[in-house]
Amino acid sequence: MSEGAAFQFRDPGRARELAALLRRYAPPEPVRIVHVCGTHEMAIAQYGLRSLLPPGVEVLEGPGCPVCVTPTADLDRAVKLALGGAILCTFGDMTRVPGTRLTLAEARARGADVRIVLSAADAVEVARAHPGRTVVFFAVGFETTAPGTAAVLLDHPPANFFVLSAHKLIPPALAALLAAPSRRIAGFLAPGHVSTVIGARAYRAIAAEHRVPIVVAGFEPLDILYAVLLVLRQLREGRAEVENAYPRAVTEAGNVRAQELLREAFEPAPARWRGIGEIPGSGLRVRDELAAHDAARALPVEVEEGEEKPPGCRCAEVLLAQAVPSDCPLFRTRCTPLAPVGPCMVGAEGACHVWYRYGGRPAL
Amino acid sequence: MCLAVPTQVRAVDGNVATVAVQGVQTKVRLDALGEGVAVGDYLLVHAGFAIRKLDPQDAQETLALLDELFSSSP
Ligand code: SF4
Repeated sequence: MSEGAAFQFRDPGRARELAALLRRYAPPEPVRIVHVCGTHEMAIAQYGLRSLLPPGVEVLEGPGCPVCVTPTADLDRAVKLALGGAILCTFGDMTRVPGTRLTLAEARARGADVRIVLSAADAVEVARAHPGRTVVFFAVGFETTAPGTAAVLLDHPPANFFVLSAHKLIPPALAALLAAPSRRIAGFLAPGHVSTVIGARAYRAIAAEHRVPIVVAGFEPLDILYAVLLVLRQLREGRAEVENAYPRAVTEAGNVRAQELLREAFEPAPARWRGIGEIPGSGLRVRDELAAHDAARALPVEVEEGEEKPPGCRCAEVLLAQAVPSDCPLFRTRCTPLAPVGPCMVGAEGACHVWYRYGGRPAL
Repeated sequence: MCLAVPTQVRAVDGNVATVAVQGVQTKVRLDALGEGVAVGDYLLVHAGFAIRKLDPQDAQETLALLDELFSSSP
């Protein structure tokens, strides 16, 4: 796509210069830097960026795939609503994630009306086209996707439109990773487009409290190498600050309009993350004023809250950035994108899926 | 779903813009943008909603910043 060429930062000359600088800032001890974004993992794997990192510098994906972190209970709720006769609209990958018993795609094979949409606005169109049916938008995604859900909730949707919110927030997840007992995280690359919405300032309290460098990173190869360099420089200089390596898309305050939409439609609530458990304040609950459109309240169904862990799957550790996909004995053998065992292989942004497609660590 | 690409605005109608992504025209809602949009602007789009206007000039500044880093590093 040539029209976006001005935004493609891929030239090998600058990448080599950055790699040389990275070697100069290489730390004496091995360090693990964690990003929380499937798009970062794709760029790292696709462009072989791990081969440009100095020895001892690891960059791993944490809980950066919204599809992967959606807990089984939420999936089971969606499956039950679909089998109960609702039209269930959601993003493509969600239909293939295993719940306790069924995926949404399997529910569809049993006659449920499950539809893939590209946007919350599409789900509202479905509701308008089928006034006699209950239409549920199963909403997943981080601060990038949630403003769209908020916008349609606030835009007087029809009475037969409901949101099943599994939206999640990134800063509480970073704090939870840092609080985990076996923390070995030297620094974070903050996800560029989540940061476009919430602003660089959203990470300042975490960087200060946990003494950890957090650098906002874009998605082009040069963006990512530059952000890693800034983390290494902070480590070398003993600083733990928030730096913005993606100023062309991220400001200190972020997208204030999108933040307003989020505040008007949702309130922060505790939320379960698959593999990690409950994280306080990390979910978005539909506000009381909009409860008539909240599937959780208006369309209650019974689900087991237990967590289904496929036997042998190490997705939980992958999501905690404590393991990489190739540490899992099922990776590439019993678990592939066509026959996924765990959620990290289903979501196109899941680490296992990305490593399967692009090779992951072998690029080293 | 999470992928956001810069797209160029072809037409604007109220809070909906038409953009072309890889040659395919699609509609983008502008509710979450909080600023005006004109034909020719670049937008960062997530799941059907624009979340930011992009300026090619800013992109050039980042590259200039990198080059400065290379020439000033010890
Ligand atoms: S390769 Fe499959 S089974 Fe192994 S951790 Fe990843 S998703 Fe789970």
